Amino acid sequence: MQPDPNSHPHLAPGCRLGENNQQCVLLMPERALRLNGPSLEIVRRCDGKHSVQQIITELQQIYSKAEPKKVETDILGYLALLQKQRALDFA
Amino acid sequence: MSNEITNPLALIAELTHRCPLHCVYCSNPLELQSRANELDTQAWLRVFQQAADFGVLQADFTGGEPLARTDIPDLVRAARTAGLYVNLITSGLPLDEPKLDALLVAGLDHLQLSFQGAREEIAAEISGTKSHAQKLRVLEWLKSRRVAVTLNFVIHQRNLDQLAEMLAIAESSSATRVEFAHVQYYGWAFANRELLLPTPEQLAASIAFFKRAQERLSGKIRVEYVVPDYYAKYPKPCMGGWGRKLMLITPSGEALPCHAAKIIPGLKFENVKDRSLREIWEISEAFQKFRGEAWMQEPCKTCDRRALDFGGCRCQALLLAGDPAATDPVCTLAPTRERVDAILAALHKTPEPKTLTTPAWLYRPNPAT
Repeated sequence: MQPDPNSHPHLAPGCRLGENNQQCVLLMPERALRLNGPSLEIVRRCDGKHSVQQIITELQQIYSKAEPKKVETDILGYLALLQKQRALDFA
Repeated sequence: MSNEITNPLALIAELTHRCPLHCVYCSNPLELQSRANELDTQAWLRVFQQAADFGVLQADFTGGEPLARTDIPDLVRAARTAGLYVNLITSGLPLDEPKLDALLVAGLDHLQLSFQGAREEIAAEISGTKSHAQKLRVLEWLKSRRVAVTLNFVIHQRNLDQLAEMLAIAESSSATRVEFAHVQYYGWAFANRELLLPTPEQLAASIAFFKRAQERLSGKIRVEYVVPDYYAKYPKPCMGGWGRKLMLITPSGEALPCHAAKIIPGLKFENVKDRSLREIWEISEAFQKFRGEAWMQEPCKTCDRRALDFGGCRCQALLLAGDPAATDPVCTLAPTRERVDAILAALHKTPEPKTLTTPAWLYRPNPAT
């Protein structure tokens, strides 16, 4: 299941960013995911305003030394994982 | 495995033992605490602040029925303000729309609604109360409100034929998560075990059902299930390991490593009225007793799985092997596994339950005031 590049992901109800021991975490029912580097950059942009394609483009700029195709694949994989956890809704 | 002490991730706040339901598998101890002994609002506020400062991420408000406390919106607000993710585990019975809205305004993140079945009749038999219709009303109210919703169905011999109806209730609700929890056998459930344990055929059918549901609903609803320990090959990593991830506070303020720990003889529990959470977690005798591996017996001591399941459940070891430091008897490597097999074998010889008469349930009462 791959997210549509034109859809706009946002955090599902009951999912929000939090902080613990100076580390960003994604809080959700019965779970918490540690976020660092790229994962935090992705989740920060799941605000209902960025499309999946915009998130990809922006991260390709931030991580300009990485292979752009690899950045895209990683982002799509991570969004699919968050969707499976029910941490995201797509508008 | 490292023996380094890390902070707990979740605080289970057993706010009260009062409850309008009398479920025959209640996870509360057989000896219930009275309202007079409950921690007051200020004491809980202190606990939530200490927990957040200590690095705890989530607070699970449970009971009894946590909504039996009238200060519940204040407790939710305080825990949320302290920085915790606030989860309410409720029967939904005391709820109405204004109360629900007050909880959401206070900052409730996640509401977990418990179900005793898919139909009024079985739910009333199991909980000793008429409660099912109210739960369905709560689900309707939740549809128009922004909060994470989990439905929790406790399943056993008597309601396993209703799985499809249970899942249909979840699918027609706003839940993003549904838990199917086979009963585990401690406390009240231990007393009612013979009436609750599923047959191997029922268990296998249920697992096949959950796997199909997970596949079909992937990305829509997270379907999670727990199998009964008695049928497992290896024990569960109970509480994620003793004193590793979770801390439970009883209504009167005692800090326990798990729901049932008070049944273990000789353990002394500290109270949050006397000591800080950090102190209790790091140095109290009860939290150190089965932390790490030094307490383990064979076969756990030299087993490759000891860092995966931490020897299983200490309370189950006490209940079935008579020794809380023994390998969890549900483990197929345990010397006492034959006791579990004997319980399961006896079950198969029991005649079909007579549906014309109500079984001789032992109901969980309300605590004395």
